[in-house]
Amino acid sequence: MAEESYPDGLLYHPEHDWAKVDGDTATFGVTWYAQDQLGEVVFYDPPDVGTQVNANSAYAEVESVKAVSDVFAPMSGEVTEVNEALKEAPEKINDDPYGEGWMVRVRLSDPSEADSLMDVNAYKESLGR
Amino acid sequence: MRSEAGGRRPENTLTIYEKSREGRRAFVSPELDVPEIPISDLLPSDLLRSEPPELPEISEPEIVRHYNGLSKKNFDLDTGFYPLGSCTMKHNPKLNERVAALPGFSRLHPLQEPQYAQGALELMWRLQRQLSEVAGLPHVSLQPSAGSHGELAGLLLTRAYHEDNGEQRTKVLTPDTAHGTNPATVTMSGYEVVKVGTAEDGGVDLDDLRDKAGDDTACLMLTNPNTLGLFDRNIEEIARIVHDAGATLYYDGANLNAVLGISRPGDMGFDIVHFNLHKTFTQPHGGGGPGAGPIAVSDRIEPYLPRPQVVRREGANGHSEPFFDLDFERPKSIGRLRGFQGNFGVFVRSYAYICSVGGDGLKDVSETAVLNANYLRARLAEPGIAEYLPIAFDRLCMHEFVLSGRGARDKLGIRTLDIAKRLLDHKVHPPTVYFPLLVDEALMIEPTETETKERLDGFADAIREILEEAKEDPEIAKNAPYTTPVRRLDEAAAARHPVVRQARPEAGGRRAEGGAPSATPSPSI
Repeated sequence: MAEESYPDGLLYHPEHDWAKVDGDTATFGVTWYAQDQLGEVVFYDPPDVGTQVNANSAYAEVESVKAVSDVFAPMSGEVTEVNEALKEAPEKINDDPYGEGWMVRVRLSDPSEADSLMDVNAYKESLGR
Repeated sequence: MRSEAGGRRPENTLTIYEKSREGRRAFVSPELDVPEIPISDLLPSDLLRSEPPELPEISEPEIVRHYNGLSKKNFDLDTGFYPLGSCTMKHNPKLNERVAALPGFSRLHPLQEPQYAQGALELMWRLQRQLSEVAGLPHVSLQPSAGSHGELAGLLLTRAYHEDNGEQRTKVLTPDTAHGTNPATVTMSGYEVVKVGTAEDGGVDLDDLRDKAGDDTACLMLTNPNTLGLFDRNIEEIARIVHDAGATLYYDGANLNAVLGISRPGDMGFDIVHFNLHKTFTQPHGGGGPGAGPIAVSDRIEPYLPRPQVVRREGANGHSEPFFDLDFERPKSIGRLRGFQGNFGVFVRSYAYICSVGGDGLKDVSETAVLNANYLRARLAEPGIAEYLPIAFDRLCMHEFVLSGRGARDKLGIRTLDIAKRLLDHKVHPPTVYFPLLVDEALMIEPTETETKERLDGFADAIREILEEAKEDPEIAKNAPYTTPVRRLDEAAAARHPVVRQARPEAGGRRAEGGAPSATPSPSI
């Protein structure tokens, strides 16, 4: 598993998801803390491309050796791409949560939702780090 | 994949097929002394096999040793303490087995006409009355075969009730502490799951419930005491909110062992209750079944109960004695939930158990279960343990309680899973771990009423020893267990790349000595 880290430049959601915004698109994934709480991930059930996701609502499921958990969307929009590699290698979510473990790319319907997310310092503070 | 030449595998890892040798038999029939008729003269050709089934060919002592050896690798309640939270792993009295083995029960055919199965039907009817009394609800069906099956029955009944009243409701509420089967059943029944939060005291968050209960709510599924082992003190208010919204209130009976003869779900306002006869009423379980999940319901739900119902008819067919019958005349019924009448042997054991402890005895069962849990809770709150395994909600508990392993993780560098695995070396089955989900590194402990004080003390001592050992060297727990037939299993690899089928040995039941089974990893699902 990866070492604990929370990169600068990402936006963080209280359900331990991150968003990397690039203009009107964004990449979503889960944080180091989330994958640590889940334990070893054994299955990733992504949404279909074209699905509308809503901020604060579940858009995918991950199954770990402990439980099946919902993955929450930090922002709203339409899924344009899913990380197909996670179907065969869900362990990438543990090994590289901010890189190869990314989950979906989304065309944002309301980029201003970014204002309601936390920056790295606020997120770390929420974790007591 | 084949193992290297000479890499002979230990005998205790061979499957029964690998032990097969052509022509070996466990039992040889006496020589035929009647004319032989070809089976093709007796059965239509499309029902006949073209090849004989591939069965292992083994001598009788080797069969006995094979399965006896497998049974010894298992951990069971007859071997040691089994405080698996939420599962009520209590002792199953051996008397029940003698009763269930009586030929009148064990050799009865399930298609026997009611008039020739009066004893069995009377037992079922009497068990229905007993369960009705425990639940505080007037009507019982024994059909569902597991707790989850009882839940499915409950939601099918809920749907039938609402539809009969001309209503289409789409949502079912479950607390975030609920057993995983509750939301799974909701989804399977075609309803939408809506989670209700947990308040500071570990009970249902009433404000959240008020917000979410509405005219689209079909049902609230609740366990009381809940999975934290806490009795929800607001149950009457919860029932009022749910009923005011026009929904049904479902009682998950998984934790019924805490309240027998003390409080009744029907009196709390529940409409539908399921029992786990394999938990509360001593059907042996833990090996996958069989179980039974009967349901009890209120008057308003009764018309929809599964059919047939076991009923007692007075003076039927001119008989002076009551006649026990199967009632199929139930026009609003949700229908049949399974073949025949349910897992009958389970009914016999549970009936024997209830009769042998009696009404007062059932109350003793729950009082002792709660006393044992609170004693163990107090022992595990002692210094040297509590700083590593703090209790999740510090209240008097019911039949079980939940600790958090966050202290052990932060201060000792070991996880709940490591503690669970190390307990195996102390000849104890680990508690339920990582459930309920809202507790960090959860350990859910249910000692049950059938354990002695010495056994409970032994468990507390084992936990203390594991923690002290981890202070010296956390690697000991991290690499446990050491004394089990297999060491730490790679659960993640097993889930990611499940190998669920072993290739057949070579034709004729022979295979190269030491040949490992060909195991092609299945694609990930």
